[in-house]
Amino acid sequence: MESMEIAEKLQDHFSEEVLDICDFHGQVGVVVKRERIVDILRWLRDSPEIKMDHFMDLCGVDNKKRQGKNLLRLEVVYNLYSIPLRHSIRIRAQVPENDASIDTSTDLWCGASWHERECYDLMGISFNDHPNMRRVLLPDDWSGHPLRKEYPLKGREEWSGLEKLKHKVVKLQEFGLSDGTLRTKAERSQTKGNEKS
Amino acid sequence: MGEIKESEIQEPALIEIADGVKKIPGINAVLGPLNMLVNWGRAGSIWPMTFGLACCAIEMMDTGASTNDLDRFGIIFRASPRQADLMIVAGTLSKKMAPLLRRVYDQMPEPRYVLAMGSCACSGGVFNSYAVTQGVDTIVPVDVYVPGCPPRPAALMQGLIKMQEKILQEQYRWSLWR
Repeated sequence: MESMEIAEKLQDHFSEEVLDICDFHGQVGVVVKRERIVDILRWLRDSPEIKMDHFMDLCGVDNKKRQGKNLLRLEVVYNLYSIPLRHSIRIRAQVPENDASIDTSTDLWCGASWHERECYDLMGISFNDHPNMRRVLLPDDWSGHPLRKEYPLKGREEWSGLEKLKHKVVKLQEFGLSDGTLRTKAERSQTKGNEKS
Repeated sequence: MGEIKESEIQEPALIEIADGVKKIPGINAVLGPLNMLVNWGRAGSIWPMTFGLACCAIEMMDTGASTNDLDRFGIIFRASPRQADLMIVAGTLSKKMAPLLRRVYDQMPEPRYVLAMGSCACSGGVFNSYAVTQGVDTIVPVDVYVPGCPPRPAALMQGLIKMQEKILQEQYRWSLWR
């Protein structure tokens, strides 16, 4: 089935939920509200003429610098594919900034678990009823969500774990037999001339 | 039976097998200053701990494989830090990985050396961001830096030869009272 047909069927079935259908280079995305996202995904998976049995990807998007009338601050994108029928569709669920959460899809595809954890880790969208809603890439005691637009590239403060490690490294240097010492970049350029002599 | 005249006795020539290290022919013995003997032994058997973190690790494996063949320098990769003399940090060191790198380094016995392979290990490379350490020399002392993204096997080999040169110039590293 063509993606546009699937999108129109979805609109007929969930007319309250579908906000917009957009087509870009033959790829169809359906913008939906977040409230009944699990019902939408279940219908796409179980309906015999659509059979979206393969969960390709899930990712988060920050819409802060994006133009569009139906867009909220954040968005969760589901890419689905049907292995028997060889068609695919993209579902874009809108998530507001003040309550950045959406229902989990791990009950439909258990493989969604780490995708949702990554989305939580980097975008700060939490997934309700997820069995293990923790960070997956960054350390557990990290503060902030780095892929949000307001997050500075270098972060706001140094991660406490690295500070602890640097402190430990300085302490260990007193006991080391190694003649190598840690050098900052400035020191390295200073000692460069002396080393050869 | 004629007597052997003193002038006919030929001194066995010592064969110089490395700089300052001489072999006595006929017996299994080498002669030389202790510094040079120790350094010669170390420089000829650098056993590196692999610390492959990114694409540089692929080049490191290639350097060890048959075309380039690190074995001919006496360099044999070890999977355990306790058997290693050198740690080749090959790739991007993220901040989450940094404590583990330091732990592996701490598990290596003296004498130990570190070679930073690639731009990321040397300085952070293009990853000037929240998640990546800006050079492994902020965590462990680095002896040789090999730049490149990733460095080709020839570059890593040159780095290892530089490491050998550095080891050969050491003084009294075999003693606690240096």
